[in-house]
Amino acid sequence: MNVILKTEKLRVEYRSREFRQAAKVALQGLDLEVGAGEVFGFLGPNGAGKTTTMNVLLGFVPPTGGSASLFGIDVRQPIARQRIGYLPEQTYYYKFLTAEELLRFYAKIFDIPSAEADRRIASLLKLVELEHAAKRPIKSYSKGMQQRVGLAQALINNPDLLVLDEPTSGLDPLGRMKVREIIQRLKNEGKTVFFSSHELGEVETVCDRVAIVHEGVLKAVGAVAEISAGHENLEKAFLQIVGFQTAPLP
Amino acid sequence: MNKIFAVAGVVIKELYRRKDFYVLFVLTALLTFAAGAVNFFHDEKIIRYVKDVCLLLIWVCSLVIAIVTTARQIPAEREARTIFPLLAKPVSRWEVIVGKFLGCWLATGIALVVFYFFFAVIASSREHTWPLATYLQAAWMQWSLLAIVIAMVMLGSIYFAAPSSTSTISFILVAGMMLVGGHLNKIALQQPEPMQSVLAVIYFIMPHLEWYYLSDFVVYNMGSVPWVKIVAATLYAAAWTGFFLVLAWVGFRHKNLTT
Repeated sequence: MNVILKTEKLRVEYRSREFRQAAKVALQGLDLEVGAGEVFGFLGPNGAGKTTTMNVLLGFVPPTGGSASLFGIDVRQPIARQRIGYLPEQTYYYKFLTAEELLRFYAKIFDIPSAEADRRIASLLKLVELEHAAKRPIKSYSKGMQQRVGLAQALINNPDLLVLDEPTSGLDPLGRMKVREIIQRLKNEGKTVFFSSHELGEVETVCDRVAIVHEGVLKAVGAVAEISAGHENLEKAFLQIVGFQTAPLP
Repeated sequence: MNKIFAVAGVVIKELYRRKDFYVLFVLTALLTFAAGAVNFFHDEKIIRYVKDVCLLLIWVCSLVIAIVTTARQIPAEREARTIFPLLAKPVSRWEVIVGKFLGCWLATGIALVVFYFFFAVIASSREHTWPLATYLQAAWMQWSLLAIVIAMVMLGSIYFAAPSSTSTISFILVAGMMLVGGHLNKIALQQPEPMQSVLAVIYFIMPHLEWYYLSDFVVYNMGSVPWVKIVAATLYAAAWTGFFLVLAWVGFRHKNLTT
């Protein structure tokens, strides 16, 4: 397997601002490997350490211990992010820019030549069906439209690895279907997709492998069929792995 | 450099779309016209007062634009969380800091060109002369000073989360340095020890912003400053700007942006 995303004994502690308060351990020695061309689901309950892992991979948070690399390059080097696309959970974009201006800005960050940037912007706006609104400020967009701009910006550099943080969160059924279609299309093109989600049905549909983290510890990793084996579905397997007990209804 | 210019371009777009500059320009224009229209005591040299008032307004307005715009750059990126998609690209934190600085500095430069053009038209319509070299030097020195101020505010904005705190502290510091900075050595001589040494040390280590105010040369038509002094002052501004930007980067480099 050609590993393009790797963490080794990754540990992250958040120091408390309160005097004599112990540091909060968000990740405890996480070992993870994602191969090229995989669609990899990263699962866990709230506070499990999914976002912290993504924050380390994207260079927002430095690891306290261990290491993390993308394409064999330490994530602390900005160049490690040259071949990745990132879609945040919420729409965090410059609202005073138009979709076209935002995409052009990110194209410049990736040093994409102007003519190539024009071609990619036109094709991405078509892909996310925003051609009609390309010259309107993002602040005038609906939530679904903003999420689609997010998807377009994540693809501007034609990334080999796409990191998606709950990509369908807050989207209507049509928006979810569109995101799933795009993930499937990227997979067919041989791209790698690493995404976190609470939508286990969706994960079951599109993922090759999944990892389940709980309280900063990797609890399970493997193919969806392996994890779900002996359970009704992935959701039941997930609940058992994180130790959730269903209480009988009164 | 493409990345730095890209970040700077967004800062400039934001400024002209927020319309802060237009408000300040219209205010400056109105106050200058009002001052020019009043003929105090039938004084023939009323234009000196008009020029003085106009220059002061240009200084205040450009400082307001520079400080307020710079103070909100990093905190606004963090609050709106736009910093995350940006840093998820192959851009370093140093490039973000320099790009933000460059955007604010170029934006104030554009504002200065408009302000000084307006000033030159008003002054020349009364005096019928165009001392272009003096105006150019005055504008350049002011822009050099704004580089120091913008870099200093950028440093403050890394440590103070609220743009209002950064702006207020920066205004106080800049006003203090411009009004008192040049006299601090004389004040020091009148103080007992250890205050004398403390003030003397502050005088020698603080940036001397008062050197950049060429109002007298412009108002009283005293001619141009020797270009060697302009070059020296520019290098001095570049050194202070670099120093503040490096400190801002050191603070920003290890900043946990997720809390």
